[in-house]
Amino acid sequence: MNLRRDVFQAIADPTRRAILLLVATQGMTAGTIAANFNTARPTVSKHLQILTECELLGQEQKGREIYYHINAAKMKEVAEFIEPFRQMWDDRFNKLEALMKNYKTKNK
Amino acid sequence: MELKTNITAVDGKQELVITREFDLPVDLLFKAFEDPEIVAQVMGTKVLKFECKKHGSYQFETTDGKGNVVFRANGVIHGFVPNQKIIRTFEMENTPFGVQLEVYTFEPQTNQTSRLNMHVIYESAAQRDQILKLPFAQGINFAHNRLQEIMNKLK
Repeated sequence: MNLRRDVFQAIADPTRRAILLLVATQGMTAGTIAANFNTARPTVSKHLQILTECELLGQEQKGREIYYHINAAKMKEVAEFIEPFRQMWDDRFNKLEALMKNYKTKNK
Repeated sequence: MELKTNITAVDGKQELVITREFDLPVDLLFKAFEDPEIVAQVMGTKVLKFECKKHGSYQFETTDGKGNVVFRANGVIHGFVPNQKIIRTFEMENTPFGVQLEVYTFEPQTNQTSRLNMHVIYESAAQRDQILKLPFAQGINFAHNRLQEIMNKLK
C-alpha cells in the first residue's frame, strides 16, 4: 500500500461508488466493470486497486479471470460510524425531553 | 428501542443533518437550548459562559476528578430568533477538528410536539468523517477518558 487508504477516502469518489453499486449484485471481471464506464481502462484499474486496498472489494480467481466482488463486512463499517454518533444524539435528546417534561411540571 | 433521532450524512459531503421530533411544545424545546443549566445537563459538561444573543458567545468545560480539564469547547452565536432558530459555531479546543457551523431550526408540529433540525457544516468532508469516527458509543460525554486519549494522540 503506497498511501494511507481509508474507507471514506475510497467512497468519496463517484466512480468508485458506481463500481461498488455495479458489483453489489454479482462478481465481475475488470473488463466487464470497465465496459460500464466511459473512463479509460487504466483509470478503472486504479479505482479497483484503491477499492481492493481498502478491502471494499475482494478478488476471486476463476480459471484465467479475476472476479471482483463486494466485501459487505467492510461496507457495514461505514454505516456503523454513523450509528454510535446517532445513538449519542438520541441519548442526549431523550435526556433533554425528560428534563423539559419535568421543567414544565415544576414551573406550572 | 428504535431511535427517534435521524442523521443524514451523504458520502463525500462536508455536512450532516440531524433531525428529531420531541414530545414537547416548541417553546419548551427551545428553552432547553437557551437555559445554561439544561444545556449543562444535556451535554454533560460545565457551562462557563452562555450568552444567548446575536454576537454572543459560549464556553463549555469539563474537568476530571482531579480538576484536570479534559474537554473545552467554545463558539459564537451568529443568529438567535426565540422559538425558531439558532445559528452558531462550535469548536473543540486543542483538537484538530476545526470549527463547525451549526444551524438549529425549531418547528412546531402540534401544540404538544415539535421538531428540531440541526444542520452541521464542517470545514471539509474528511473532517466530518473523522468526527463521526470518534468513539461516541463508549461515552455520551465528550469528556470520556478514551476520547481524551485519542485526542492526545492526534495532537
